[in-house]
Amino acid sequence: MISGVGAGFISAFWSNGPVRVALAVGGGAAVVCAVVGLSTVMRRQSFAGHALADISGAGGSAAYLLGINPLLGFIGLAGLAAGVMEMAQVQEARERDLVTGVVLGAGLGLAALLLYLDVTLRSVSNAAISILFGSMFSIAPSIVPTVLTIAVIALAASVLVFRPLLVSSLSVDMARAQGVNVRTASLVHALALALAVALAAITVGAILATALLIGPAAAALQVARKPVSALVLAVAIGLGATWGGIVLAYDSFYWTLGHGWPVSFFIVMLIGGAYVLTSVLAHRDVGALTASPLSGCQER
Amino acid sequence: MSTTVALDRVGVRLGERSVLREVSFALQPAQFCALIGPNGSGKTTLLRAILGFIPLSSGRIDAPTAGIGYVPQKISIDPGLPLRARDIVALGLDGARFGMRLPSKTRAAQVEEMLRAVGAAEFADQRSGALSGGQQQRVLLAHALVRRPKLLLLDEPLANLDVGSTADIVALLRRLARDYGTAVLLSAHDMNPLLPAVDRIVYLANGCAVSGKAEDVVRTEVLSRLYGYHVDVLRVHGRVVVVAGERDETRIALERDPIHTVTVP
Repeated sequence: MISGVGAGFISAFWSNGPVRVALAVGGGAAVVCAVVGLSTVMRRQSFAGHALADISGAGGSAAYLLGINPLLGFIGLAGLAAGVMEMAQVQEARERDLVTGVVLGAGLGLAALLLYLDVTLRSVSNAAISILFGSMFSIAPSIVPTVLTIAVIALAASVLVFRPLLVSSLSVDMARAQGVNVRTASLVHALALALAVALAAITVGAILATALLIGPAAAALQVARKPVSALVLAVAIGLGATWGGIVLAYDSFYWTLGHGWPVSFFIVMLIGGAYVLTSVLAHRDVGALTASPLSGCQER
Repeated sequence: MSTTVALDRVGVRLGERSVLREVSFALQPAQFCALIGPNGSGKTTLLRAILGFIPLSSGRIDAPTAGIGYVPQKISIDPGLPLRARDIVALGLDGARFGMRLPSKTRAAQVEEMLRAVGAAEFADQRSGALSGGQQQRVLLAHALVRRPKLLLLDEPLANLDVGSTADIVALLRRLARDYGTAVLLSAHDMNPLLPAVDRIVYLANGCAVSGKAEDVVRTEVLSRLYGYHVDVLRVHGRVVVVAGERDETRIALERDPIHTVTVP
């Protein structure tokens, strides 16, 4: 009987149009975010990534106002902001955080105005929820090819500069001395970051985009010992959380009769869970390491 | 004999301050050379000028256009990076290249050989951020050396190392300079651990430099001329100390640097 219910669930799940669109768009976003997020976390640009996502929200809001697809709005503003941040090249970490914080605030403020106009002028009542927290089950199927094309471009860009970025993360001066074109690598990464943020924004919303961008990468970095395993693990966590979130959101329709829970909630919670899990694993390793020198002292 | 790097009356200004005024010296292949000077004498600036990171305000530097190995000062490997010692050395080989790389036996063998040469083979598979300072120095050295550069620049590699690690690293560098024919220029504020091992020393002070064999450079009359006032070179318990002369500002500069300090009565 259980298998009968399971089979029924699975066939209904797969034949559902919005679910299939969500799986494709969410899957593409998850893979890109995991890979780009890894370089972003290693370069300590997580906060900049978050700021880009919030700013891209203003682009998404403007898209509603102009009556174009929100994805174009997300990409437009994320790309513009990433370009400006890259050109500004604030080196000092403290100053960088301040500038990022101020720009982030301005972006969200602009989004607040545009969302207000969306509701009052264009009567798009669900704009705020959609832009800020995502609406994976209402993505137009027509944009799937666009999303996947952008995903491939972002992925290619990120893989292209992965090694140069890795050396730069170790030390920018060592990278320069060995002939790494730090400027080009950084610029290509900024482009990939803007695209990844836009994809994340359309999946889990502008506010929650950081979770998809930073979460899987941060979780993977806690336990991975080498670059390839970090990549594989981050992609697995990102994809697992996104697809797992879609399954749970679909199922939640039956939990509180007739009202499914937001898919973004599940995705973000699963990513959070993965981070807690890898933290525990990482600290268990550290515990094992710190125990040995102590016993060495006692032997003496 | 071919010269690996030659500096001819090099001057560097950082903002308004003239850090180097007239620095000249040359290094031959396989020479192990210490760059000595008190804090703020411009050692780091000089190394960065050789790398081409800072423009010269005067003079010229003839350095190998490609292939200078470099380990900057105060570098510690971010514990958050998913890099084993092995990965860092591999990045030294091809980290500048774009795109993915396919596994290669030749590259793996080169990396393994380099790891063994610096004595990092036994911890090659651990995450590098968790290694000790001395172990990280070896890994970064391997990263800088794996492409067999003609010139290796090391900025204060002995700072923050314990006495045992310092002696080990100095011996290792001396051996690698000979084996690989690499000219090694290593900056340090304390010359004592280096004096028995180096072929030459470049002493930097007052924007200028004197270079030569340690016994010819570290002398009262030579360094006094370099500083522009009287300093004493003393040998105390097998250690060399440079003692400040009359001028107050010198004494202040030297007092910030305990290795060079002896208070004047």
